[in-house]
Amino acid sequence: MQTKSDLPQGTLDLLMLKIVALGPVHGYAIAQRLQQVTRDVVQVPQGSLYPALHRLENRGLLAADWKETETGREAKFYRLTRKGRTQLETEAASWQRLSEAVGLILRMAEGGAE
Amino acid sequence: MTWWKRLWRRREMEEQLEKELRFHLEQHTAELIAQGCNPEEARRQARLELGGPEQVKEKCRDARGTRWVEDLWQDLRYARRTLGKNPGFTAVALLTLALGTGATTVMFTVINGVLLKPLPYPEPDRLVAVHSHTDTWNTAVYGEQNVAYLDFLDCQRESRSLEMGGMLFNGATLSSPGKPEYVDLREITSEFLPVLRVPMFRGRAFLPEEDRAGGAPVAILGYSFWKSHFEGNEAVIGTQIVLDDKVYTLVGIAPATFRPGDQEPDVLTPIGQDTAKYLQNRRAHPVTVFARLRTGAMLAQAQAELALVGHHLAEQYPDTNAARSFAVQPLRPDVGDVRSTLWLLLGAVTLVLLIACVNVASLLLARAVSREREFAVRVVLGAGRRRLIRQCLTESAVLGLSGGALGVLLAAIGIGPFVKFWPGSLPRAEEVHLDWHVLLLAILVSLLSGFLFGLAPALRAPVGQLEQTLRAGARSVVGSSRRLHSVFVASEIALAIVLLVAAGILGRTLLRVSSLDPGVNTHNLLVTRVALSPGTLADPAKIRVAWKDILDRAGRVPGVESIAAVDTVPMREGNNQLGYWTTADVPPENQLPFALATSVTPDYLKVMGISLREGRFFNDEDRIGRDPVIVIDDVLAQQAFGGQEAVGKRLWIPDMGPGPFQVIGVVGHVRHWGLASDDQALVRAQFYYPFAQVEDALLRRWSELMSITVRTGIAPLSVVEPLRRELRGATGDQVLYEVRTMEQLASATLGTQRFLLLLFGIFACLALLLACIGIYGVLAYLVSRRVPEIGVRMALGATARDVIGLVLRESLEMISAGAGVGAIAAVVAARLLTRLVAGVRSTEPWTFALMVSVLVVAALLASFIPARRASRIDPISALRQE
Repeated sequence: MQTKSDLPQGTLDLLMLKIVALGPVHGYAIAQRLQQVTRDVVQVPQGSLYPALHRLENRGLLAADWKETETGREAKFYRLTRKGRTQLETEAASWQRLSEAVGLILRMAEGGAE
Repeated sequence: MTWWKRLWRRREMEEQLEKELRFHLEQHTAELIAQGCNPEEARRQARLELGGPEQVKEKCRDARGTRWVEDLWQDLRYARRTLGKNPGFTAVALLTLALGTGATTVMFTVINGVLLKPLPYPEPDRLVAVHSHTDTWNTAVYGEQNVAYLDFLDCQRESRSLEMGGMLFNGATLSSPGKPEYVDLREITSEFLPVLRVPMFRGRAFLPEEDRAGGAPVAILGYSFWKSHFEGNEAVIGTQIVLDDKVYTLVGIAPATFRPGDQEPDVLTPIGQDTAKYLQNRRAHPVTVFARLRTGAMLAQAQAELALVGHHLAEQYPDTNAARSFAVQPLRPDVGDVRSTLWLLLGAVTLVLLIACVNVASLLLARAVSREREFAVRVVLGAGRRRLIRQCLTESAVLGLSGGALGVLLAAIGIGPFVKFWPGSLPRAEEVHLDWHVLLLAILVSLLSGFLFGLAPALRAPVGQLEQTLRAGARSVVGSSRRLHSVFVASEIALAIVLLVAAGILGRTLLRVSSLDPGVNTHNLLVTRVALSPGTLADPAKIRVAWKDILDRAGRVPGVESIAAVDTVPMREGNNQLGYWTTADVPPENQLPFALATSVTPDYLKVMGISLREGRFFNDEDRIGRDPVIVIDDVLAQQAFGGQEAVGKRLWIPDMGPGPFQVIGVVGHVRHWGLASDDQALVRAQFYYPFAQVEDALLRRWSELMSITVRTGIAPLSVVEPLRRELRGATGDQVLYEVRTMEQLASATLGTQRFLLLLFGIFACLALLLACIGIYGVLAYLVSRRVPEIGVRMALGATARDVIGLVLRESLEMISAGAGVGAIAAVVAARLLTRLVAGVRSTEPWTFALMVSVLVVAALLASFIPARRASRIDPISALRQE
């Protein structure tokens, strides 16, 4: 069974927190959205989605309730906890800094380093 | 949700997980169908994208963080199933472990109660004892020195850091209400109960104003005495009792836990009202002092204060206090000499427990080897090595804990009889019961033993070369397993030898000391203390008449042949050790040799059946006013005068007066300290002096100590009631107490040895049995694994004898290795016994050899059964099995 996603370590958690932050959402919808957003860039196997969700739930970053969907079916809806929101903000900020730094280096002109 | 909640709601979690994944699949399928897939294909694709549902579920379970508990649960269930499948093995293992842990738990319960528990008073670590100390005091002979009453009062007044209380051991006749009875009386200071923080059971403690001369006469009852003499009637408070002809008002009842000096007093009175002269004499030091460190005070501080007080007193009263100082020590329960007995027994039960562990280990190992195939299959199916070891250990832990639980049950049942069976009375017996400490230790011991016997099989279980294991099936003995088995058998034999030799030595000792001559004729001899009627005690002349009257009257009781009075009876508690010298220039007291002094009436020699060696014994002419005379035993004759004629010589005995004392006879030695202990006693020499020559001033004190010894023509206990009636006295308040036969006293001195022998005997038999079961089991197993090999040998012409020889040789190898190690350990154990148990001799080569051969023979017998079975193997069918 494949255990690694091709996303950088820890990024999946960040992405899921961000998706859930947009409003209560069930697992399948998260998978859909993840796929839409990252379809062409990275591959997220759906199998690693649920263990990740459960882990975030156990760490208290997400909370879950069973609610009806618009089609009238019962599904497990995840939402962000206060702790999860703080986590999202710090992680997003640090990701931002990291990617800016990496981008800065990559944008340097070939001869600029001399 | 906390982890244990997740665990608790495991089923609910599983259901939700299932539902969530199903929703995902269905949703996905529906979407694919909407995009135009056919339903079959849509379902397939949805599944494919999610991955195997079981794997996803496993991963989600891992994410819960409760995985190890679930695994443990699984292992536990598996262990229970496998153990249940082998009821024979499980029963033997459980029983073995239960006996091992049960015995250990009983011993630990007793040790915990008697030796380890603090005193049953609040903040026991702040309690201290105060002793007097002088250079001339021989602590080895007399023990710690108590404190003079006046010195106590000075110390109490001067000390800032100590709250002090004093107690005086005494006795008195309670003549009203009820039947006259001699009681254990303690005179205490008013601070004594508050210092110990003893809450009264009923009523109140003594007030300070009652603890002085002329205070209102008040008394407190001990709990047990209140129950026995007053039938537990609470209305007694406020009523009056008569103690030694003086009327006291009862003000309280002490709680049952109040046992200062490990003995519950019958009656307590305030010491301050006692007008006895010796309490005003700083030379006499009868007061036991307990104290409590005040908040913030340290032991060293208290010690320094009392050193200063001692210094001042020495200046103020140079006659009596010149070299006297005071020592402060933490107060510890006084348990006498049971300490060594208890540790010895704990050692013995630990050996039994070890044997039990080794036995179970070898059983488990045999099973593990036959389960090799099962383990190999599991490894092939993906089980990790760690996981297998963990599972093996879980299994042995289950075994260990269940054995331990059974053991605790056995201990709970066995502890009562054990304490009751203790020779004499076990000190602090009231503290002995199963508590959390003990339970915790029992659990620890069972887990540890489970680990101990589970480790070897666990470690060797998942060995490499799976292919070979799978192909060979279960028909080969790997070299390492045979070696391990030999080690197990050898250690069992070694452990068992230690116990057997110890039991043998104890048995031999008991036989030897029982046949020793006690020096007195113990047959048909009755000993009882007599408390004179309180009315006679004030007048020495009346006391002399009373004793003469007692001897006359007792002599008239039918069945009584002769009678004498004596202060200290052989082989009973109590003795009077005095320093002596052979010339007039007597050195300081601590440099004197000691002898046991006994005051007697003239018939004592005849009544006791002590042999007269030289000279004469006392007669009625040896009385006060005549020359002081003594009779010495042959030990003292040898010690004081070498081989010379002793009769006619003189001894100086400073504690009995200026002397000198004329030796008028020599008699045989009496084993005063008991049959076994007398040889090693510090003070063995004895002398006798006439009770009639005891000074008037001391007569009252002596009377309180006197006993009568009665030689009877019939069973001694049958004269007790007639004797009691005859000696009641004119006022009816003269009582007999502590009635014993000399045979009881002599037998009681061997109580410890007998008790140890019994327990060691039981342990040794158990060890022998376990070792035999162990060696039988191992050999039977080894033989069963070698069936094909033996078959080949027989097919090639080996006879039944050859095969039996083959197996026995193998077993003899293991046995002799164990016997060698065991013999060395047994020598060490024998040394220990010599040190700890009176009467044991260090070298008992015959006992040693006998016990080792008993074990070797038993072990060989046990190995004979598998050997015979091996010799009956049918070569054809054996080869076919291969």
